[in-house]
Amino acid sequence: MKSKEVSIFFTDITDIFLFTIRVIRETFSRNFEFKEFIHQCFQIGNKTLPLIAITGTIMGLVLTIQSRPILIEFGAVSMLPGMVAVSIIREMGPVITALICAGKIGSGMGAELGSMKVTEQIEAMEVSSTNPMRYLVVTRVLAAMLMVPLLILYADALGLIGSWAGANIKGDVSFALFFSQAFSHVDFIDFLPAVIKSFFFGAVIGIVGCYKGYNAGRGTESVGIAANSAVVLASLLVIIVDMIAVQFTDMLVL
Amino acid sequence: MITEQVITSKNPSTADKSDEIVIELKNIKKSFDKQEVLKDVSLKLFNGENLVILGRSGSGKSVLIKCIVRLLIPDEGTINVLEENVGTLNSAGLDALRKKIGFLFQSGALYDSMTVKQNLEFPLRRINKDLKQQEIDEKVLTVLDNVGLADALDKMPSQLSGGMRKRISLARTIIADPKIMLYDEPTAGLDPITSDEISSLINEVQKKYKTSSIVITHDIECARTTANRILMLQDGVVYKEGTLEEIEKSDDPFIKSFFKL
Ligand SMILES: Nc1ncnc2c1ncn2[C@@H]1O[C@H](COP(=O)(O)OP(=O)(O)O)[C@@H](O)[C@H]1O
Ligand SMILES: [Mg+2]
Repeated sequence: MKSKEVSIFFTDITDIFLFTIRVIRETFSRNFEFKEFIHQCFQIGNKTLPLIAITGTIMGLVLTIQSRPILIEFGAVSMLPGMVAVSIIREMGPVITALICAGKIGSGMGAELGSMKVTEQIEAMEVSSTNPMRYLVVTRVLAAMLMVPLLILYADALGLIGSWAGANIKGDVSFALFFSQAFSHVDFIDFLPAVIKSFFFGAVIGIVGCYKGYNAGRGTESVGIAANSAVVLASLLVIIVDMIAVQFTDMLVL
Repeated sequence: MITEQVITSKNPSTADKSDEIVIELKNIKKSFDKQEVLKDVSLKLFNGENLVILGRSGSGKSVLIKCIVRLLIPDEGTINVLEENVGTLNSAGLDALRKKIGFLFQSGALYDSMTVKQNLEFPLRRINKDLKQQEIDEKVLTVLDNVGLADALDKMPSQLSGGMRKRISLARTIIADPKIMLYDEPTAGLDPITSDEISSLINEVQKKYKTSSIVITHDIECARTTANRILMLQDGVVYKEGTLEEIEKSDDPFIKSFFKL
C-alpha cells in the first residue's frame, strides 16, 4: 500500500472515532426519534432479508458438502453436524452476514445520506428545527446495531437448515437427529461472543455508512464515492473487529 | 392562486417598504481553506422589501445566505436577524429564530424518500409539535393551492418536473408562515416561462405573507421582476447597490455586461 493511502486510512479512522463520539452524545440527548428508528429497522430488514436468506442457506450447504469427505477420511462423519454448527455460529454466520450487510446497508446509507448532503436536504432539515445528526444518523446507527445481530441469527438458522439439506444429499439424517447432534456441540460459550461481536459489526456498518454519507463532498460524484468508500471501509473494519473479537474470546475462554 | 400570465413589469410593491431593519450584515468575511469567498460584505434588509443579490456563479451568494441562518459560520463580522445576533444565540435560540426564516434551497432540497404531502408536513410537525392533523391537512392544501399544485399531493419528488419541484419547495418553505424569506437561485435551471411564474410567485408571497426577502440570483429577468432593491456581489465585496433604475443607468462595463444593456 502506498503511504498516502495509509495516511488517508488513519485520518479516516480518527475522524470516524470523533464522529462516533458525536453519535453517542446525540444518542443520549433528549428527543429520540423513535418513529424514524423503527422505519430504519424496517428498511434494513426489508432490503437484506432475501439476500441473507440465500447466502445463509448456501453457506451451510457448501460447508457441509465440503467437510464431509475429510470427516469420512477420519471416520468422524457423526461429527459433521456439530462441526458445521459451531463454525457457522461462531464465525461464518456473523462474518459473512456482516460483510453482506456492509455491502448492502453500508453502501445504501452512504449513498442516501450522501445525496441528501449534496442536494442540501440535510441543511433543509437543520433549518426546520431538526437535528440531522439525531434524526438521520443516530436512528440509522442504532437500527443497524439492532438489525445486524438479528440478521446474523437468521442467517445462522438458515445455514443450519442448509447444512441439514447438504447432509441429506449423500447421507440420510432426520431433521431432529441432525439438530440434536448439531446442538450437542454448541455451548453457550460459542454463542455469547458471536452475539456480542455482531452488535459491534452492526455499529461499525452503521457508523461508517453514515459517516461517509454525512461527510460527502459537494458535487454529485461524491455520492458514488461515499457509497463506494463506505463499503470498502466497513468491510475492512468488520474483518478487523472480528480479529480483535477472536483475540479477546481466546484470551478470556482459552 | 397562481397567476398563469407572465408578469414582465417590475415589482410595484415598493410602497410597503419601511425603514425597520430585519437583517443586518456587518463586514462578513468567509474563507474556505485559502480561498477567500467573502472578503467584506455588509448589507441591510428592510422590512417588507425584496432585496435581490446579483452575482456570477461562484461569487459566494449561497455562502452568504447560508451564513444568515448559521448553516455556515462566518470567519469575521456580525449578523443581526430580527434584532438578534445570530453568532451568539444558543441552539434553542437559533431554532426559534430559524422558525421565522424560510429558506428556499438552490437544489430545492425536497426529501427524496417522502411524498409531497410528507415533505410539506415535515417542517410543520417539527416546528409546532402540538398541531392537530386536521390543521396540518388544511395548511398543506392551502399552500399547495397557493403554488398552483393542488393535485401533486401524493406524488414523489422524483415524479415532478423541475418547475414543480421548485414550487413544492417554495410551498414547504412558506407553510410555517416565515417573516423572512431567503431564496437561493429560485429560477436556476428553469425555462423562461416557468422562471417568470416563479418570479411572480415570489412577489405574491411577499404580498400575501408580508415577508421581507432576499432573492439570490444570476437571472436578470428574475431580478427585474422581483427586486425592490438590488445589490451586486463581485469578488467577495458589494460592488454596487441601488434600485433597478439606478443600476441600469450605470455606465460601469461590468454591470452593463451583466444586464446585457
Ligand atoms: N462548504 C464549502 N466548502 C468549501 N468550499 C465551498 C463551500 N461552499 C462554497 N464553497 C466555495 O465557495 C465559492 C462560492 O460558492 P457559492 O456560494 O455556492 O457560489 P454561488 O454564488 O454560485 O452560490 C465556490 O468557489 C465554492 O467552491
Ligand atoms: Mg449558489
